[in-house]
Order: sequence, then structure tokens, then C-alpha cells
Amino acid sequence: MTSVIVSSPYVAPGSSLKRLMLHVIVALLPGTIAYAWFFGPGVIVNISLAIIFALAFEAGILRLRAKPVMPHLTDFSAVVAAWLFALCLPMHAPWWLVAVGTGFAMIAGKHLYGGLGFNPFNPAMVGYVVLLISFPREMTTWYLPTAVSGQTLSLAESIAYSFGSVDIGQWDALTSATPLDQVRTGIGQNIPIDEIRQAPLFGTYGGTGWEWIALWWFVGGVYLLITKTIRWHIPLALLTAVMSLSLIFYLIDPAIYASPLFHLLSGAVVIGAFFIATDPVSAATTDLGRIYYGLMIGGLIYVIRVWGGYPDGIAFAVLLANMCVPLIDYYTQPRVYGEK
Amino acid sequence: MPRLFHFHGGLHLDGHKAESLTRDLRQASLPGQLILPLRQHIGDYNKPVVEVGNRVLKGEVVASNASLICAAVHAPTSGTVSAIGNYPVPHPSGQQDICIVIDVDGEDEAARADIIDPRNLDPEELIQRIRRAGIVGLGGAAFPTSPKLSRGKMHGVDTLIINGVECEPYITCDDMLMRHYAAEVIRGSGFLQQILGPQTTLIAIEDNKPEAIAAMQQALTDHPLPDTEIIAIPTIYPSGGEKQLIQILTGKEVPHGQLAFDIGLLCQNVGTCVAITRALEQDQPLISRIVTCTGDNIEQPGNWEVRLGTPISHLIEQAGGYKNAADPYLVMGGPMMGFALSGDSLPIVKASNCIMVMHEETIPHAPGYHDECIRCSKCTEVCPAQLLPQQLYWHARAKAYDRTQDFHLFDCIECGCCSAVCPSQIPLVQYYRAAKSEIRAAQKAHFKSDRARARFEFREKRLLLRKQQDEERRRLKREALKKKQAESGDGEQVADPVQAALERVRERKKAAQEETL
Repeated sequence: MTSVIVSSPYVAPGSSLKRLMLHVIVALLPGTIAYAWFFGPGVIVNISLAIIFALAFEAGILRLRAKPVMPHLTDFSAVVAAWLFALCLPMHAPWWLVAVGTGFAMIAGKHLYGGLGFNPFNPAMVGYVVLLISFPREMTTWYLPTAVSGQTLSLAESIAYSFGSVDIGQWDALTSATPLDQVRTGIGQNIPIDEIRQAPLFGTYGGTGWEWIALWWFVGGVYLLITKTIRWHIPLALLTAVMSLSLIFYLIDPAIYASPLFHLLSGAVVIGAFFIATDPVSAATTDLGRIYYGLMIGGLIYVIRVWGGYPDGIAFAVLLANMCVPLIDYYTQPRVYGEK
Repeated sequence: MPRLFHFHGGLHLDGHKAESLTRDLRQASLPGQLILPLRQHIGDYNKPVVEVGNRVLKGEVVASNASLICAAVHAPTSGTVSAIGNYPVPHPSGQQDICIVIDVDGEDEAARADIIDPRNLDPEELIQRIRRAGIVGLGGAAFPTSPKLSRGKMHGVDTLIINGVECEPYITCDDMLMRHYAAEVIRGSGFLQQILGPQTTLIAIEDNKPEAIAAMQQALTDHPLPDTEIIAIPTIYPSGGEKQLIQILTGKEVPHGQLAFDIGLLCQNVGTCVAITRALEQDQPLISRIVTCTGDNIEQPGNWEVRLGTPISHLIEQAGGYKNAADPYLVMGGPMMGFALSGDSLPIVKASNCIMVMHEETIPHAPGYHDECIRCSKCTEVCPAQLLPQQLYWHARAKAYDRTQDFHLFDCIECGCCSAVCPSQIPLVQYYRAAKSEIRAAQKAHFKSDRARARFEFREKRLLLRKQQDEERRRLKREALKKKQAESGDGEQVADPVQAALERVRERKKAAQEETL
């Protein structure tokens, strides 16, 4: 007979953390494949390394905290965080850079706050920002897309590069700033945007290759919306903020302000809107709050890109918005049934 | 067909209704013994009016109370009272409660009924007869019907809502009731109209019950009621919740801290309507109800009309017994809001709409280990009370009970939607129930200590007052004496009565000495 009294409801769970995370991983695939297509397999090496390091760090710290290891490792939240983190890195990065970043993301960004569910900041962005500030040279050594340089590092070369057994010098010709960086430097030197964009690094709307990758992130984002893994509020608000701000300034002076489409299709706006800003743990939770949160990130991205000290501002924008979440949540509580 | 409205959130659940609807309604046989808890409703306790050894007839009152928020208990059949004492009763707490046990004699001999034509009675008399019949809301909450009607009448009811929604999965007792007793539901609604005088009456049924809707339509055609309409509402859980049903039908929300009749509405369950019809037309008190017995672990799921007090084991026998007697898991009510029972010896009570018989091994419930909340707010999306369940969970877990009340913990209707969709599989409702009972216990303790303090302070005040009064009295007495002595004149003697007394003693002593000498 009934030995343990448990409380209702008695229904099979409709969803699980693991399933949510697997949806995110599936949604990341098209963009990741496009990335590797345009820039070579280095990104795959980065992602694999980041996942291995993240799982190792997470397992270690779970053990230190005397928490069950396997249930947490198999919820795949560390995999998703590592994957997103690796996508922020330059396509070829030394292994220690990946290790330091994932270490910070997992230990300082996640577990020092109490683990999954308790981190006020997006762990992947914490790891990325630490690297950006500590290792600016390594973090800004980007590579030209294959279509521009006509050359790609093979998988073996990428791995060898990561582990430092290959001299970086021989590929110097392949390195380049990102399109956003280029625009920023150009404007600094009073070169009109039209002229800057004559370079082969630039495609029709954004950067060569980058614009297509952004499109595939968008496809992944739509998948997340369809599977109800995320809701529309944050991405829509974020994209609206970026688009409308860039449109206003573009209309004011198209010579020094890039077009809305350039902003949308360069850098990390699309992946940021659908994959990074939507991290539920560190985002606002109310519908209205999520709109404010998305608008805030979008606005900050544009401000940092145009007037700030970094070419792309998504990580800083997300972290700054993370800080405001408790306030946003408190002041955007929905009207309860029966309340005036 | 009036326009229907939506309530926030809700869930589309697997109905699991077909299992118990394949067999027709049956009468459960009489068990050897009936166990009648003294309190089968929300409100005050009844006191037994019979003693051990008394013979009781079917329909006779066995326990009652003069309190308004109370519903009397009647003998469901004839027999002998064999015990009055503590027995396990179906309650979420799993505790025992005082019950009257009747040994059934099998004759089913009824007490004399006092039948009068209810159509000639005024509302007050109708409410009295409903009260005498011990009727409570049969939708599950078991609130006594007569005080609800009295207060509704006092406030004035524009719209009477008859609730035949039955939105919880597995439960089909109201569906069966409407198929079989549609005419009695309609006549009962008529009596409610006679009592309350509403402008409109809406009978709401979820659109997954076409047979019940057809039967009710037919009954309404045969026995037309003024301004009455049968409305099929979309199947979505928890549309049968009073507040949600009101929102669907009228678009109105019951204001915070108020009740339905504050906005001119009153809801009654279809089963309650049948009970009212029987009480008013045949003077038959509430001694039986329809119970769904269903689930994975029962041989023949179905619906039975069961006498109150029947042990659940007897009902399970009627349903062919357990499929696997080794691991039955019993739940009273549905899977969303029901509660687990400690065993099958417990009796069927007025609130028992469904006995769900599941396997202990496979009953889905929150695991011992659950993931942490990732603040995905899927719970917020489905919450019909428009709460923020994840914030409530956060504060309930931290035992920050005042914060849970900032987030409107007591507006939670415990429908279970949030728990059902949580990807971290957190038993959210369990946390809210625990927090609510902690808060209630604290309030009770607070109330008690407040009362004790008030008593103490009153006592102190009373003692002080008495002291002051005594002093005042003494002072007055002294003054009166002084005045009297002043009036009598003899100043010298009065001047020092002590001295005079001493003189007298001295003289007496002297006299005594002289005598001895």
C-alpha cells in the first residue's frame, strides 16, 4: 500500500532541462556548420576543447561542493555554455585561452554563485569578458574568411595551432580585424563607410561570410521559438533596439553611421539575440521585464559599438543588463488575477 | 451563444476520461459497515446526536451542529451505531478524525420523509431544507451549500452559474451524473433560481462531454427554465475552477479578497443541483454520491453511486479489484489537485468525486532529486492566477514567507499547472502548500499569543481598577466616619481613641491586680 505520500500533481513531466538544452544544441548546429564552412574547422576545435574543459571543470567543482556529478553533467547546461563561449573566440585560439575562459565561466561565473540557476551573470559572457580584458592580443587575432584569403587551415593544422606546435607567424597574412573592427578604425581615420566597405572583407550587407552565418543563427533562433525553448520577447526587443537606433543614426548621417542591416548582420547581434541574451537564468523573467531587458541589451550593443571602446559590445551589454534583472523583475510583476 | 472569454495560462491535458466512461453508472452494493466522519465539509465540527447501540434509519441525522458553516451528517442506510471514535479519514494531512461507525443491517429502512411541494415554499424555507439535508458543494471543495445561498441571496445574484465543467483528467462523475440525472440537474437549477432570483442562468459544460451536453439540452427542452442557457466551453484545464469559469463566461475577475457573490455571481456544481432536487422534492438528505473509480491499477474503471461512509476497499471490490494488489497507490480527486490516501480502509465522503487507483511504482510524481529552477518562466505562462511561480518558489524555499505574500502566495489555487510544465521538475505546488500551512500556523500562533496578551493585560487592568476602587471605598468610609464623629461632638475622646483604649486596658489590669491581692 501507499508507502510514501507525495503531493499532486501526478502527471508525467512534460519537459526536462536536458531536453531544453538539447534543443539549444540542435539550434546551434546550422550556424556552427556555416561558421566552419566560411572560416574553416578551427571553430569546431574550439567548441570541442571548450566542452571538454567545461565538463572537466564542472565535474571537479561539483565534487568539491559534494553535489551529484552525473545528473548535473548530463543536463548539458555546461555544454551549451561552453559552445556559446567558444563561438565568441577567434576561430583559431591556443588551448590555454579556451581553458582559462571556460574555467572562469564555470567556476567564477557559475559555481561560485551556487551553480545552475543561481548565477546572476551569463557564464559564457563572464568567461569571454575575462579573456577580452586579460588577453587582448590573442582575442583580437581574427582570420579572414576562406572566400577572401583563398586558404583555410585544415583540421589537423587547426589542432596543431591550438596546442602551440605550429608557429603563428606563417599565417600572419591570413589574420585580419573583424569587419566591425575595420569599420570602427576606418571611421576613426575619417574614412567614409562606403569606402571602408570596398574592402573584400565586406559582403553585400555585413562582413563576407558573417552575414550568412548570422542568417543561420536566425534559422536556429526560429527553431528555438517554434520548440518554445525561448520566447519572442527578448530577441524581438533586442533586434528592434539595434535596428531602430542604427536606422535613426544612419538616416542622420550615412557616411559615418553604418546601415541597420550592417549592424544586424555583423558581429554577434543575431546569435546574441536568440542564444545569449535568452539564457533564462540570468535574464529577466516577466514578459514585460524581458522586453525592457532586450531593449536595454540592444541599446547598449549599439552604444558600445559606435561610441564605446570595443568593436562589439554584446558581452558587456548582456552583463550590464544582468545586473539590472532583479530590479526589472521587481518592477514588472504582472497584474495578479483579481487585482485592479 | 454568448461570447466566451479566456483566462490566463492553463494546460491541455490528456483527459483519460474514456476509461471510466465505457461502463454505465452502477449502484454500489451496501457494505457491512459505514464509517461517517463528523466533518465532511469546510467549517465547524458536528456533534454526534446518536449513541453507541442506537438503531438508526436511512436518512436520520446522526451528527449536527447549530453553527451556520456546518452540514449535518445522516445515516446512509439503516443499522446500528457500533462505535464512535477516531479513524483514518481522507484528508491531505493523513490524520485521523472522529467518525460514527454504523453496522449495516441490510434492510435499508428509511426514516419517515416530510414531503411538501417545494414550489410553494419561500426562499428562506428552501435554504433551511437544504441545510437540513446536509448538502455541501459536490465539486470537491465541500463548502456547506446553505450559507453560500444565504449570503448570495443577501448580496443579490445576477448570474447563476451551474458548473458541469469537470476539467480534471480521469474524473467523470459529473459527466455520468448529467447523462443520467439531467432532469434533476435542471430542476435543481430551477430551485436555485427560485431562491436567488438571478437574471441569467448559465450551465457550463466542457466540450469534451457531448453526451452530457445533449442530455442536458434535452432536459432543458422538456423542463424549460427562464433565461437559462447551456454553454459548451473549450476544454482547457483548469476551466472548472470557480474563478476561471467566471472569467470564461463573463470576462469578469473576482476582485482580490472578495468572493463571487460580491460581483453578483454564484456557482453551484451539477451534483449539488441533484442533491438539492432530492432534498426538496423527496426530503432525502445527502447520503450518497457518484464516485469515479479509475486508474491504471483497477480492473474495471467506472462510476458508482455510493453511500457515504462506504470503505474505499468495498468500492474497489465492486470495480473488480486491483490489477496488481501488491502496489496500489490511491489518490482522492484527480491527478492535478488530488491527494494520496494512506490506504483503502478510508471511507467515501461528501467530497470524494474520484478514487484514482494507480501503481505505486509508476505513478508520476516529483522525484526526490530535482534540478534547480532556471527561471525559464514556463510556470508563469501557464499560471491561471497570473502569479510568478518561480519567484514564489524562490522565496518559499528560502522560507522568506513575508516575501511569498508580496508575490501573492494566497492567490495560488494549487491547480498544479506550474509543476506539470516545470522542466526542472520541481514540485512547485508542494512548496506553496508547505509555505501556506507554515504561514497559517504562524498566524494561528500569533493570534493565540495576541489573545493571551490581551487577556493578561485585561487582568492587570482589572486588578488595578479593583485596587483603586477599594482604596476609593476606604477613603470614602474614612471620610464618612470622620464626618460622623465630628457631628457627634465629643472631641476629646475622639481625639485619641487608641489612648482611651490603652487607658481602659490599664484600668482593667489594675482592677485585676487589686482583686488578686
